[in-house]
Amino acid sequence: MGKYAERLYNGIIKENPTFVLVLGMCPTLAVTTSAINGVGMGLSTTAVLVMSNMLISMLRKVIPDSVRMPAFIVVVASFVTIVQFLLQGFVPSLYDSLGLYIPLIVVNCIILGRAESYASKNPVVLSIFDGIGMGLGFTLALTLIGMFREIIGAGKIFGFQILGDWYTPITIFVLAPGALFVLGFMTAIQNAIANKKGKPRKDTFGDCGAGCANCSNSTCSGRFLTEEPEEKKETVKEVKSAKTAEKE
Amino acid sequence: MNENYNISSSPHIRDKVTSSNIMLFVVIALLQATIFGVFNFGMSALINVVLTTATAVLAEYVYEKLMKKPVTIRDFSAVVTGLLLALNLPPTLPYWMGPLGAVFAIIVVKQLFGGLGQNFMNPALAARCFLLISFTGKMTYFVYDGVTGATPLAELKAGGVVNTMDMLIGNVRGTIGETSVIAIMIGAIFLLLMGVIDLRIPGTYLVTFVIFITIFGGHGIDAQYITAHLCGGGIMLGAWFMATDYVTSPITKTGQIVYGICLGVLTGLFRLFGGSAEGVSYAIIFSNLLVPLIERITLPKPFGKGGEK
Repeated sequence: MGKYAERLYNGIIKENPTFVLVLGMCPTLAVTTSAINGVGMGLSTTAVLVMSNMLISMLRKVIPDSVRMPAFIVVVASFVTIVQFLLQGFVPSLYDSLGLYIPLIVVNCIILGRAESYASKNPVVLSIFDGIGMGLGFTLALTLIGMFREIIGAGKIFGFQILGDWYTPITIFVLAPGALFVLGFMTAIQNAIANKKGKPRKDTFGDCGAGCANCSNSTCSGRFLTEEPEEKKETVKEVKSAKTAEKE
Repeated sequence: MNENYNISSSPHIRDKVTSSNIMLFVVIALLQATIFGVFNFGMSALINVVLTTATAVLAEYVYEKLMKKPVTIRDFSAVVTGLLLALNLPPTLPYWMGPLGAVFAIIVVKQLFGGLGQNFMNPALAARCFLLISFTGKMTYFVYDGVTGATPLAELKAGGVVNTMDMLIGNVRGTIGETSVIAIMIGAIFLLLMGVIDLRIPGTYLVTFVIFITIFGGHGIDAQYITAHLCGGGIMLGAWFMATDYVTSPITKTGQIVYGICLGVLTGLFRLFGGSAEGVSYAIIFSNLLVPLIERITLPKPFGKGGEK
């Protein structure tokens, strides 16, 4: 896998911003009442993310470290304004249904997080691909959540009625609690799949092979056996760094 | 080694009462209200109760089998959840909605948070609110004796006159198990006598509620109005059977009083100033969420640690 393809894979699957990094929750929960809103929000964010990653990566040696956050926000806000005017001009219906959440892309944690943790440290082309990967991952997640909520909560998908009159929509799924239910379940499913794929654990303590029953080391209390594989720890660290970035 | 010298950590003294005993008592106490509801509303109520309860047990069994956990359906907690949910449903509800709520109660509210003892809010009430938000029309459609109309509480809110005697006996529109105050009280007294619940939570709940209604109800000390509020809606079922759920109510004694006051104020607030006529279920699940905080501030100090500083 080339390093560009790796960036895409990383953004869409391995570090999916919604299901793995759990960033950008505000638009995720608020606008995914239908699949089309999810696609719209996801693609708008992708556009902003790609362009801001590109520009920030270009400027990474010019921006002084002490004022990097305001600088990033100025860059992001410019692109958001452009996207907002474009949406308003060409797809007014989507613009109306997304409403306030378009200007709020400025403070989307994914964008600032990627700018801080990736674009400001890496070359331009890689940063662009990182933006595309993260953006598509976000779009995919939002579309999936939107589709589920729309099917269960309204019997429709992308606005087309697919379930007949026999179906009574479970309205709670297009309301706020439904967003949390669907997000929770999807994250759980994602975790179940990801955990299955993980490498078999390494026994760091010699006697652990047969489990704790035969082990004489009483101070361990099972810690050595349940030690997480190294690869996962790295992911956790990256997530943490992304989160610290978001806090700043 | 002699068995007398075995070392173990506390608890050293165990009561013979088990979860299944307690849950069985609750089921027995709920039977009066259930039988009255079935007698009052007919076959559809019975089918709803049976289907909902059976689904709750089945959902618990299937989930625990799938997750390879010990199967705990014998402790009757799923029966209690299913039955309480069924008693909170209108008798005319389509037969698949109750079971859907039961699955939600058991899987989402109870099992995903770790099963019995770990759920952060009352599963039956959470499921009722889930159904109420999802199917508002069906969940607020009440028929009694073939006549569709508002519940006494809604009439009361609209300024109408209600027959308190009918509300006491239960010959009014409402959900399957909430209408008859007498049937509920028989069950509640049984639980009080068996020591399963004590007066602290229901007592403070009802007293606070009465005080709130007297102050803000606009009727002053009007016995008829207050009785109607106490007998109408789910407040009796809620106070005696759902607010007292061990898992979702505070352990500390002071905490239980704070919890009861919270419930009373919230119920009064929702009933008098809220959009709908009833607010018991929202008041209870909202107070359930406050329980960890209440317990935290009312935690008693261990002996020897609380001296003056």
